[in-house]
Amino acid sequence: MAHISASVYTSHVPAIGAALDLGKSSEPYWQPLFKGYEYSKQWLKDNTPDVIFLVYNDHATAFSLDFIPTFAIGCAAEFQPADEGWGPRPVPKVQGHPELASHIAQSVIQQDFDLTIVNKMDVDHGLTVPLSLMCGQPSAWPCPVIPFAVNVVQYPIPSGNRCFQLGRAIQRAIQSFDEPLNVQIWGTGGMSHQLQGPRAGLINKEFDARFMDLLIASPEEAAAIPHINYVREAGSEGIELVMWLIARGAMADVNGGAPVELLHRFYHVPASNTAVGHAILKNN
Amino acid sequence: MALDKPYLDVPGTTIFDAEQSRKGYWLNQFCMTLMKAENREVFKANERAYLDQWAMSEEQKQAVLARDLNRCISLGGNIYFLAKIGATDGKSFQQMAGSMTGMTEEEYREMMIKGGRSVVGNRVIGEDGDAQAHHQPQGQHSPLGAH
Repeated sequence: MAHISASVYTSHVPAIGAALDLGKSSEPYWQPLFKGYEYSKQWLKDNTPDVIFLVYNDHATAFSLDFIPTFAIGCAAEFQPADEGWGPRPVPKVQGHPELASHIAQSVIQQDFDLTIVNKMDVDHGLTVPLSLMCGQPSAWPCPVIPFAVNVVQYPIPSGNRCFQLGRAIQRAIQSFDEPLNVQIWGTGGMSHQLQGPRAGLINKEFDARFMDLLIASPEEAAAIPHINYVREAGSEGIELVMWLIARGAMADVNGGAPVELLHRFYHVPASNTAVGHAILKNN
Repeated sequence: MALDKPYLDVPGTTIFDAEQSRKGYWLNQFCMTLMKAENREVFKANERAYLDQWAMSEEQKQAVLARDLNRCISLGGNIYFLAKIGATDGKSFQQMAGSMTGMTEEEYREMMIKGGRSVVGNRVIGEDGDAQAHHQPQGQHSPLGAH
């Protein structure tokens, strides 16, 4: 039987990918940021899972306005890094896990979450930057990855509570897979940032700290935060934080299991326009 | 009954909802074509001719030609789509975001290094924060001078 061993939360700022790809990670601007992930890189080396279920959002890359799936699960055998306008990032292609992905799709849809199944898509910085932050610059990613894309670009987007409940359904789906796989679930995006209009550049450290506190200790309360609070307090793109709730909802403690353990917590401002938040929670 | 849009009173912010998306459909779809290197070259060679291939409004085309991202957004553009124009121009997200504030690139970068824009006074239209309409443009071009 497969199980979820841990969840990882991290922002996925494109400039972080560019800093790594262009060899700028030791510059004073970037040093403090990458330092915050040193623990995490070692931890992932020591605790490499069989599969990473990676929750992220597509930034008008694979999904244009042709179709806008609210929740899309990547069931393909592999996914290419996308050309987002700068040329594709020089990172390894992403190997999928079609068997587990299609098992999750079937199980979660039977639990009333109507996922869109995607058999072909390129993956953008939303997916590859978290991998770079956690793995550095390897010639291949350490394990297969199931991309799970959430629409946070065109409103209305799914509510925090919907995301949290979906995480619980994903946990049940993974637990019902027959192979004994060790699975990590990652929630990415955020924290406070706004990329548009005269209010661009908004950062709210108090909101971010409070959100992290709630996410760790009172996730149901975090899940109850309405959209408008994210927009007003954390910027129009701060809404990406709802994706962290999918990963959190898949942890044991909110599904009748043992309390989770906080292994690492980190926060840094700025990476380009964005506040970077990061945490690792372990199931016991 | 009207739809619930509680986000209309956030200053300096346009939420990309279904209505904005409908307005900006061709503008955004044009942007998507810039994800191919060969299209970027064709666009750069003759921007106007390239834009004329889509059913965009004249206003939308002018906003793109002027790289007026605030105008693009008010006409239905979304930043993640518009970012493809910026990428074609070799601009980073920070340069694009900064361009919408009126600040110079240096001023905006400096604001971010100092911890970003405060939410104080910028939660609701009618307060007195730096993102409010009566404080535009920001930075050295501000009517109040650099601050």
